[in-house]
This record gives sequence, structure tokens and C-alpha cells, in this order.
Amino acid sequence: MSRFDIRGALTRLLQGNPSWAAVTTFGEGRNAVSSKSYSGSLDNSSQESSHGLVGAESQQDHGLPNVLFFVTRAEQSWVRKMKVKVISRSTDEFTRERSQDLQRVFRNYDPNIRTQEAATEYVRALNAAKLDKIFAKPFIGAMDGHIDAISCMTRNPNQLKGIFSGSMDGDIRLWDIASRRTVSRFPGHQGAVRGLTASTDGCILVSCGSDCTVRLWNIPVANAMDTDGSSDSSEPLAVYVWKNAFWAVDHQYDGDIFATAGAQVDIWDRNRSQPVNSFEWGKDTVISVRFNPGEPNILGTSASDRSITLYDLRMSSPGRKLIMKTKTNAISWNPQEPMNFTAANEDCNCYSFDMRLMKEAKCVHQDHVSAVMDIDYSPTGREFVTGSYDRTVRIFNFDGGHSREIYHTKRMQRVFCVKFSHDGTYIISGSDDTNLRLWKATASQQLGVLLPRERQKQEYLESVKKRHSHLPEVKRIVRHRHLPKPIYKAASLRRTMVEAERRKNERRRAHSAPGTMPTQPFRKRRILTEVE
Amino acid sequence: MGGKEDPNMIEKEEVEPPHERFSNVQGVSDDLEPKVKKYLRGDRADLEVVKDKRLKGQLEFREELHGQTAKNAAKAEKWLMPCEEGYLEAEGLEKTYRIKQESIITEVDILSSRKAFDIVLPDLGPYTVDYTSSGRHMVVAGRKGHVAIIDMKTMGLIRELQVRETVRDVAFLHNLEFFAVAQKKYPYIYNSHGTELHCLRDHAGGPLRLQFLKNHFLLVSINKYGQLRFIDTSTGVAVGYHRTGLGRCDVMEENPFNSITGLGHSCGKVTMWKPTYGAPLVKMLCHHGPVTAMAFHNGGHLMATAGMDRKIKLWDLRKFEVLRTFTGHAKSLDFSQKGLLASGNGSRVHIWRDSWGDQNYSLYMSHSMVKGYQVGKVAFQPYEDVLGLGHSMGISSILVPGSGEPNFDSWVANPYETSSQRREKEVHELLDKLPPESIDLDPKKIALPKPMRRKEKPSQKEREGEMEAAITAAKGIRLKKKTKGRNKPSKREKKKQEVLVKAKRPFLEENMKEEQSRKKQRIGDEEASLPKALQRFVRKKGAVI
Repeated sequence: MSRFDIRGALTRLLQGNPSWAAVTTFGEGRNAVSSKSYSGSLDNSSQESSHGLVGAESQQDHGLPNVLFFVTRAEQSWVRKMKVKVISRSTDEFTRERSQDLQRVFRNYDPNIRTQEAATEYVRALNAAKLDKIFAKPFIGAMDGHIDAISCMTRNPNQLKGIFSGSMDGDIRLWDIASRRTVSRFPGHQGAVRGLTASTDGCILVSCGSDCTVRLWNIPVANAMDTDGSSDSSEPLAVYVWKNAFWAVDHQYDGDIFATAGAQVDIWDRNRSQPVNSFEWGKDTVISVRFNPGEPNILGTSASDRSITLYDLRMSSPGRKLIMKTKTNAISWNPQEPMNFTAANEDCNCYSFDMRLMKEAKCVHQDHVSAVMDIDYSPTGREFVTGSYDRTVRIFNFDGGHSREIYHTKRMQRVFCVKFSHDGTYIISGSDDTNLRLWKATASQQLGVLLPRERQKQEYLESVKKRHSHLPEVKRIVRHRHLPKPIYKAASLRRTMVEAERRKNERRRAHSAPGTMPTQPFRKRRILTEVE
Repeated sequence: MGGKEDPNMIEKEEVEPPHERFSNVQGVSDDLEPKVKKYLRGDRADLEVVKDKRLKGQLEFREELHGQTAKNAAKAEKWLMPCEEGYLEAEGLEKTYRIKQESIITEVDILSSRKAFDIVLPDLGPYTVDYTSSGRHMVVAGRKGHVAIIDMKTMGLIRELQVRETVRDVAFLHNLEFFAVAQKKYPYIYNSHGTELHCLRDHAGGPLRLQFLKNHFLLVSINKYGQLRFIDTSTGVAVGYHRTGLGRCDVMEENPFNSITGLGHSCGKVTMWKPTYGAPLVKMLCHHGPVTAMAFHNGGHLMATAGMDRKIKLWDLRKFEVLRTFTGHAKSLDFSQKGLLASGNGSRVHIWRDSWGDQNYSLYMSHSMVKGYQVGKVAFQPYEDVLGLGHSMGISSILVPGSGEPNFDSWVANPYETSSQRREKEVHELLDKLPPESIDLDPKKIALPKPMRRKEKPSQKEREGEMEAAITAAKGIRLKKKTKGRNKPSKREKKKQEVLVKAKRPFLEENMKEEQSRKKQRIGDEEASLPKALQRFVRKKGAVI
């Protein structure tokens, strides 16, 4: 038996027995009683003095020496004139009624009740950046099946999970991204397939290749994709033979026309066996062609004479030509801002242009260490993906000078084509090692359906991270990527070379007459001329 | 007339002072204004120091968002809060400090009236108390080894144990599951079942006070010899050990605003410490005599100290100046969430309040216990209008209307927390645990742009001082004893002169350089002031006439 029984005191407090409580009260009246009695209990803990203190009310507690004083409503005489209110919460209002209900949540945004918010938020940002690193597993899987390098790809407009790929041995396949299997094959090309495109209405697939043919295929309907097995489903709808080998093909966004690139740019109607129009500007081979997503009659091409040319189909002659110091391998239009396009250049950089003002690039995107082979914009228009000869895939922000992400694997060889999926969540790359590879567009993104609370939390962490992203520690973690050794070395070599060139130019400038060597911004430096 | 007035009006509205864009207090009604100010959390960040234009733009946009959020929060506070603050108002000439507890208790509702109680535990006292951050649970500890956890909502006893040793202080860790007890030789950590989990043998030497910094998961102890120790309770790593060198110290409080630990010493000094720095950040002489108690305001701008010199002082922690001085002793001090100050001395408890929020504290309530009770600890219960008292004869609590924050935030501290919520919160708290380095005098400095570092030239006077110092240092050099005639007095004198000249030289060169540049400047000015044709006659350096 303890002599410090709080339990008894608390139960009596809860019972609120008035007759018991009336014995002792606050104030002067009480002082006399209790001070006298407890002095006794301090001196000797004898039973009788404790009894004397407690009186008759605690018989069931074996005469414990603890007493509970509180006041009853009987003593009205002391009440002074006043207004009083204290915080009083009834438990019912602040807890859920039934166990099936959601727990009730109350918010108070007062800064005083949460101290050191700034530090907490900073720690959260840091942790979010670290967690992003931990969860960064961008590679989903490889799609194996081709027996030669992948040269071109196009999305299946009928389905989110369909993609066509063409390889250097003339094989064309339709893949199901979800199961990562071939759904059907389109045999026929004798040489390499160099261009693939699907019409926006999802009826026709156009392929062209180095065997000087353009082939039109029926795109299998959506439910046919679910049937398993790589069947040689279809014969081509049409085969058009032309004079020269083809390098690229692209279908108009809105209409029946597609364009091929080869010795010249040919404009084809779907239903005619011969081109309806041809453009030629210079004698060099045109290597890529891309229609403008906003204005269906405008298309951009790049040629091996290091030029980027814009054509308008409504005019008989080509529109505008820009010659750079190195060749452009591919261009891609920004689908959300269709006057802007980005060119993937041989000199390891990508250049974003406004087609109305081509004197200088809007932005130079550098980071690759070898020629950029292909480029594709995300449907959101906020970022684009590039594949390069240096065996990496990089993702850039549309206005970012450096890449935000780099993807590489040990087995991936030179990347010849890259595509965003229709929803912008996945990236497909095709490379020299005969595989298509499926990547997440955001390396640490959680796949699958998110609960609203999960989503909110991730959005919160994302914004906190963004808010602190300029601080050195967060920046360091967010920016850091492990690079394969050859790429790391090549990058540092490139930096050395660029620095050396800069130094040399500086010295030349210092030793030449003032004004003879004006400094040129990097955005203009690689552009030679613009021809109207 | 009206037609003429209209364009003027529009013009007036369009003209907007450049910096008012971010003041954000504009465009809200008068009653919202102070609230918006509160949520703005001080002045906007100084972005002039940011060199990067793009970053500056982004930060400016965020500042704007911040202002918008403050407005929204102010509106939410105005309309959506479920509870209202308590108050006590006397009518007529009556003073609030004359109103007795019993009259308050008879006036309030029956649930609230039960929150005031006395539990007399005469054998194992004197008692000390501590609340969890949500105010739901209280731990009490008697000097002779009696420890108990009480649920303050249901008034149920959760656990009671006897440690059979002297107990000097008790503190909850991050939730009710763990608490630390400062016992005779070591602090111990128990869980809510009363099982001893850890004995902190590193913290030996008779710990006198314990504090838990819940943002950092640091348990702080000070012992008889004035040794201050920090231990991380989540990892068990000793984070800091400082010898104060000021002797026995039994006054320790955490500043909740920045988690700085304040110590009150017997020499009348108050020192403030952080775990990662071996010397006190602040040393101030507060009293002519030992410091007996101290407390920090939640907002971080106020500190109250009490000393044996019969003074209770309120300090402005931004300027480290005394704001007010009251006469009286205090064994224990505590600030409530709403800024009320309680002081306990002998059997009397006083509560002070600044009615207008201007730090002009005046007596608000007073309460006297049974004569002879010695109040050893006063502690406001968070989120309730209750003051808990630990005294020589047990524990008590009294009602103090207006002391507690009426509205809790479920994600910060929830008095109605279920056990699963508590477990989840524990995980989140651990994820958000702050590193000990983040403890600093100004916690708002984190994540703000750094001010530009300007390289200032030393003034003429400073340079002269430096030269003096260099000369005296050179004069103090003792020359080696040389042989073969090189130790002759003349040689030694010469050597001494050389050393002196060598010491002076850099300063003289500096002076000369400055003189030259000044001269050049003057010539340039002269040249500029003359007409073009006469400029060639300006006297250049070295020209002889």
C-alpha cells in the first residue's frame, strides 16, 4: 500500500463528492485546518495525524494522507462582480463520433505554436532532395527483339502504350509498352528504315528507308494490340518507289500530307503515288524534317550542309535558311509554343530558336559530350529529351542551359532516337544495341495511383524543395549525378578545351586593335549566316 | 463634375509605390491588419543582395506568394477558428488580481472547474511538474522518488513508480511515451510503463535540471558542477559537453523561439548556450546575487529572470536590455502561450500580463496556497487556461483565464491524439529533426540570402594602431646571442633598428601608395576641371619647372 496514492485522489476528484469537498476549501478558512494538520504529517507519518487531516471521507482508502481540495458551487458569498471565460473543449466536438469516421483535423497557422519553421522547412527540403536521390530508379525495362540498331521511332496515336520502331535491317515493329512485347511486325523494307511517322487520325503509318521506297501501312486497331504474339499482321497499303534514298519522314498534324527528306524535300499526298511538291535549296542531303504542330503548312528541315531550313507549303519557294558551323541532326517543335523549336546539333549542344527571329538562339543547351542524335519535346512543352552519340539520354528544361537529368546504363550504346510518351511520363530510347529502353521522365516518380494525401505530400515536398533549391547544400544534392567514367572524362576534357579557347580569344583580343574582335555571345557564336 | 473626377481616381489607384507591392498589409480591412502582420513573420527578405537576376525574380515571386498566404491565414484565423480565448474582466473599480480562485471556479462551467485541484502528497515532496507539448499529460515527480504520469483530460493516472532515489527534475521527451528523470547520480529515461530504458552515465555528477529540445531531439542536463551536456535521444549520440565554469547551477530554461539553452548562475549571470559551440553565445549580468529562476517568452523577444536580490526583471532579448523590474522573489517563473508570466514564491503565486501586447506587464492575478506550502515549480498547461503548481506538499492547479492558446493544430500538438496518430507523428518528427547546428540566436536567418560581404578598408586610426602594435611587437623581440664579434653593442643596436624598420615598412608602403593614388586623383580632377586646350599644362608627376 502506498502513501502517495494519486489514483485515489483523482477518482475522488472525478466523482466530485460535494459533501466531501465541502470540508476543505480555498482561502483563509482552509489555511488553519490544513496547515495545522499537515505539519503533523511531515514530522511523523503516523496514522492518526493522517486521519486527522483527511477526516471521515477517506475510509475506503485505508486512511491515506492525501486530500483533495476543491470548491463547490455552494460558496456564492465570495463571488465578486466579474466576467470570466476559460477555454473549455468538450471531447465530443474534437473527436470522431464513430470509428468509421475520419479523424477530425484542426488547423492553426499561428507562427508562435510552431517554432523554428524556417529551419524545419529547410530540413524538409534537404530530406526531400535526399529521398529523391534514394528513389531515383528511372530505368523500367528494355524491349528486346530487333536484330539491328534502332534508327527511328514514332508513337501510336491510338494508344498510350503503343510505339513503332524501325531498325537498320528493315524491320518495323509495334510495341506494347505496358507488357514490353512486340505486338505486330511490318516486314517489307529491303534496306534500313530511316523514317517512321503516323498520321494524327491514327489510320496510317508511313515508313521510308534507304531502299528508295515509301510504304504506307494500316495501323492495327486498339483491341488487336491486346492479342498476344508478334504476328506479321499486315501487308503495306501502298508502296511508292522514288528516285532517291530517304532519310526522314513526318506527317502533317492536321491533314493528309506528309513530307519526306532525302536528296530534296518531297511533299506527298497520302493517296498519290508521286510527290505533289518538291523543294530543293542547295545540293546537299536533307536529313530531318518536322511539321509545325500549330501551323500545319510550315515545316522545318535540317540538311547536311549544316543548315536549318523552314518551308511554307503555301509558297512555291523555301522560306528561310540558317547555316550553322556544324550539322543539325534533328529538330523538334515545342508543342505548346509552336513558334519555338530546338535543334539537336553535332557540336554536342542543342539550340532553341524562335522561328520569327533566327539571328540568335534563344537558349543553348549544353551538357552532352558527343553529337546529339535526336530530340523530342514533352507534350507539356516544358522539357525535352535528347539522345546522343555519347550513349546517354538527357532531359532538359525548355529554358535550361544545362540538363536536369542524365540516363545511362552499362549496356546502352549510341542512342539514335528518343521519344516522350503521349502523357509525358515515360521516355523511350532506341539505341545501337538493338534495344528500345523505357525510362521514367522523372527519375524518382512513384508509379501507380496515388492517394490524395500522398499526392498532396509529394506536391508539398516538391514545392519546398523548389523553394530552397538555390541554397548550396540542396543544390549540391539535387544536381549531383553519377556519370560513367568515359563521359566524366570527356566532359572535363571539353571544359578544358572550352576554357582554353576562351583564354586564347581573350589574349587575341588583348593584342589586336580595339573593336576588331567583338565579343560574341554564345547564342550567336555557332551561327554563320541567315539566308532569306 | 463626376466625369472629371473619375480619371483622377483611377490614376490614384494605379500609382503604386514600388515597395508597397510586398507590404501585403495593404488592401485588407483594419481588423485583419495585425493578423496579417503576424503571419508575414517579420520583414520581407532583402533581395537586393542577390546578384543572380533570375533567382532574384523567383525569390520575389515567392515573397509575393508568401504575402498572399499570410492574408489567407489571417482570414482563416478570423473565420474558421473553433474556440475563443479565455478572459477575466473585473467590473467597475474591481481589480482582477483581487478575484479569488473560488469565485472563478464557481463562475465557470463544471468541466473547467474540475481542472483546478489540490492533491496533497505530503510524504515524498516537494514536487515538480512537466507537461507534454500538447498539454494532455502531466508528469509529476517528488524529491523522494515518486514519479507519476497523469492524463489531464480524463484525470486518470497512467503510471506511477517509485525510483527510490532523490529526484530533482523530470521532463517529457517528444511524447508521453518517454520521460527523463534527473536522479541522484544520473539522469534516467523511462517509458510510460515505468520501465527504465536508459541510464545516462555520461551525464553523471548529480543532474539538477533537465530540458528536452523537441525540434532537435536533444536532452539537456546541467549538473552540480555546472557541466552542461546535450544528448541526442533519437540516436544516443552525445552532441555537446560544455563546462560553464560558473559553479553549481540549478536554473535552466530552453528558449522555445530558437532552442537556445539559458542558464542562471549563482554569480547573477545568465548565459546562453548552443550545443555546437563551447563558449556561451550570450553572457549577461542580470542580478546582484544568485539567479533563482528564469523563463522565455514563446515569441523569443522576452526573458524573465528572478534573483536573490529581490528583483524580477523582464529583458528585451533583441537589445539585451531591461524592460521592467518588479520587486519580489521568485522560485520559479513561466510564460504561458499567450504571454502571461507566472511567478511562484513561498506559498504565493502571481500572474502578470501585458494587457495591450506592449510588454507593459502588470499584475493580473494572484493566488495564495495554504500557508507554509513552498511552491517550487509553476508551469502553464499548453492549450488550456490552467497553471500547474508543484509544491512542497504535492501538486495543484489553478485556473488562469486567457493564458492558453485556444486553438490547437492537429499536426503540431493534438490533445486528442489517438495512439496511431501519435505513432505517425513520431515518425514525422524524426524525419523533421533539426540538426544541432541549426540552433542559433536568430532562427529566421536560415535559408535567407546572405548579406553582401563588403571589404572595408581599415581607417587611418586603425592602421596607426596596427602599426603601433607591430612596433611594440618588434621591440619585444629578444635577439639571439651571437659570437665572433657580432654580439657587440653597436651590432645589436643596428640589428634592432633593422627589425624595427622591417616591421614598419609594410605600413609605410601602404601609406605611400595611398598618397600616390590620392595625388593621381587630384591631378585627374584638376585636368577635368580645365578646358581641353589647357589640360596638357597640368603638372604631372616628375615634371620640373
